[in-house]
Amino acid sequence: MTPLDRSLREGFSLLRQRSGVDPMPALREAAFARFAELGLPTTESEDWKYTSLAALAQMRLEPAEAKADIDEELLRGLWSPPADGSIQVVFVDGHHRPELSSPAWGSGGSFVGSLRAGLARNRDLVACELARHADFRRDALTALNTAFIEDGAFIHLPAGAVLQSPIHLLFLSTVSRGATLSHPRNLIVAGRGSEATVVETYAGPSEATYFTNAVTEVVLDEGARLHHYKLQQESERAFHIALLQVSHGRDSRFTSHSLALGAALARNDVRALFAAEGSECTLNGLYMAAGKQHLDNRTLIDHKSPRCTSRELYKGVLDGNSRGVFSGRVLVREDAQKTDARQINKNLVVSEGAVVDTKPQLEIFADDVKCAHGAAVGELDEDALFYLRSRGLGREAARSLLTYAFASEMVNLIPLAPLRARVRELVTSRLPDRESLREVA
Amino acid sequence: MTGPMLRIRNLRARVADKEILRGIDLEVGAGEVHAIMGPNGSGKSTLAQVLAGRDTYSVTGGEVLYQGQDLLALPPEERAVAGVFMAFQYPVEIPGVGNLYFLRTALNAIRKRRGEEELDAMDFLAFAREKMKLVAMDESFTGRSVNEGFSGGEKKRNEIFQMAVLDPRLAILDETDSGLDIDALRIVANGVNSLRSPDRAMIVITHYQRLLEYVVPDRVHVMDNGRIVRSGDRQLALELEEKGYALVQEQPAARARGEAR
Ligand SMILES: Nc1ncnc2c1ncn2[C@@H]1O[C@H](COP(=O)(O)OP(=O)(O)OP(=O)(O)O)[C@@H](O)[C@H]1O
Ligand SMILES: [Mg+2]
Repeated sequence: MTPLDRSLREGFSLLRQRSGVDPMPALREAAFARFAELGLPTTESEDWKYTSLAALAQMRLEPAEAKADIDEELLRGLWSPPADGSIQVVFVDGHHRPELSSPAWGSGGSFVGSLRAGLARNRDLVACELARHADFRRDALTALNTAFIEDGAFIHLPAGAVLQSPIHLLFLSTVSRGATLSHPRNLIVAGRGSEATVVETYAGPSEATYFTNAVTEVVLDEGARLHHYKLQQESERAFHIALLQVSHGRDSRFTSHSLALGAALARNDVRALFAAEGSECTLNGLYMAAGKQHLDNRTLIDHKSPRCTSRELYKGVLDGNSRGVFSGRVLVREDAQKTDARQINKNLVVSEGAVVDTKPQLEIFADDVKCAHGAAVGELDEDALFYLRSRGLGREAARSLLTYAFASEMVNLIPLAPLRARVRELVTSRLPDRESLREVA
Repeated sequence: MTGPMLRIRNLRARVADKEILRGIDLEVGAGEVHAIMGPNGSGKSTLAQVLAGRDTYSVTGGEVLYQGQDLLALPPEERAVAGVFMAFQYPVEIPGVGNLYFLRTALNAIRKRRGEEELDAMDFLAFAREKMKLVAMDESFTGRSVNEGFSGGEKKRNEIFQMAVLDPRLAILDETDSGLDIDALRIVANGVNSLRSPDRAMIVITHYQRLLEYVVPDRVHVMDNGRIVRSGDRQLALELEEKGYALVQEQPAARARGEAR
């Protein structure tokens, strides 16, 4: 048994002892049993071929306790609450912090708050949707998250609800005595014709060692639209594993912008299922790794129904001795006629020591479809570098500018101006010569 | 400053195992305009690139003194700071980098290194607008990425625009006249002429006598096979136009001696 296994067992029996207040003991037990069967994945498994969790398995992790006070300054350093009057739900070390969050919000039947509060308020809906989309039988980390569900965000939009300002979900980890773990679990249920923007941010100070294992389920009813952003800025010592599972109802639309910047090791899965026809799914991603970071991105778009469109663009910037992984699977099932699918992955390797693995997979079982995919790995263009330097830009500034130019395509795809500005800042802050990029537009 | 602005002595450069510059000697004084002509592949662009600091070419011999200092010891950006500018024969497209943003960053990098005050976006815009008039460049180019999707002639104009903004002491124009229509040629030539000044030197690489009708050179040099094989006044360009490079290539004596003065 690995130190991690031992930690998890101990953690689970603690949870069981508290089962008096546990609203979902059966689900928990089933999920934990499934995790015990599956075990932590190894690189033997096709899904984890490029990403080893061996270091994680050797860690002793304590469930993060709820801290009495939170260093407000730290909080501000990692996350500046948007000034646009948007709704925010804040979790610190996995625990909901009402004092930092907007009041549980429920106008016109909408609800934005913690999963616990959601359970108390709308038990039937939560019980019906939770763990129905992210399949814990299939994958060990989802099983683990499901076994340890304690809290997370719950968003419910009734039919026709349109929320203009974005909903910010912040998952902050702090420094504890030992390494900690948390399993944020989010559920977003968007009713018929509803629309909202959700921003998930995961962050932690650089000295903090922890493991975040998050799952977000998104359920879109007919004609619903969800714009989803994920900013992963975890501590450079953190492990971050997350699944975003999207279930498309008829004619629904989902866009995702995934920004992966932090963590020692991060694995981000996005899976979309076209359960009914006429839907559209756009997955955009930018991963920027440096030092010894390992950033793995995995996407699956399951074209199970006809006349759905998927668009996928992931870009990677790899510096230092980092490693990037993109593996994107597009599955077009037999009935999915008139599918229109496009997937592109582009990588810029800016150092000698960095490596990237890209694996696009297109599996087509229908005949009347339009599908395209492409993957590229390149270096900084020497001609362009010389051009910039010959005009007076220093070497680092020229490299940073070209790297930014590559990444900026993803930044510019973000329609919301304040969010775009914030992401631009995060991206430029990762470049060696951020000073000369301060006014890049 | 004593001596010429630029003094090149026996410059040799190669790429891989191919020797391209095989002993160049050239002196250009402040206020002078020199034209360099010569057949395709004779090494004109290589000379320009070596002067601008392109490290694809390794210098295997000789020296280059610019305003008395060892130019070859400087990285490309320091040469720009020192006032060297090369207009590229093939300007590079840089998607994702705004044309004007890039130029302001360049100008400010240079100003900062020179200990001068940087220009903010507003001041720069006003300044850049003035310079754009010089080459009759449309304002719509400011919003676009550097050279991206520019036509051949637009790229050349953009080079002269950059030159006007960066205000170099030594400008090397590598076939800036190629691919220009008649009007554009006149506009570019006017731009170049307006930048002619007693404290600025220019090297104009061209295949066409036509440009030299507008931008009248003080000296004309002919390169062949990695050397300057003939030098003269503007009459030489006219002669070449008439008789072709056979004029110079048929004179092995001149070729062996390098630059003839
Ligand atoms: N990077 C390089 N690698 C290999 N060969 C090169 C390289 N750069 C230049 N050369 C060769 O060196 C020679 C001189 O090239 P250069 O571009 O300097 O000629 P040029 O005089 O500018 O020609 P043109 O009038 O066609 O512009 C040519 O034979 C060219 O193929
Ligand atoms: Mg040339």
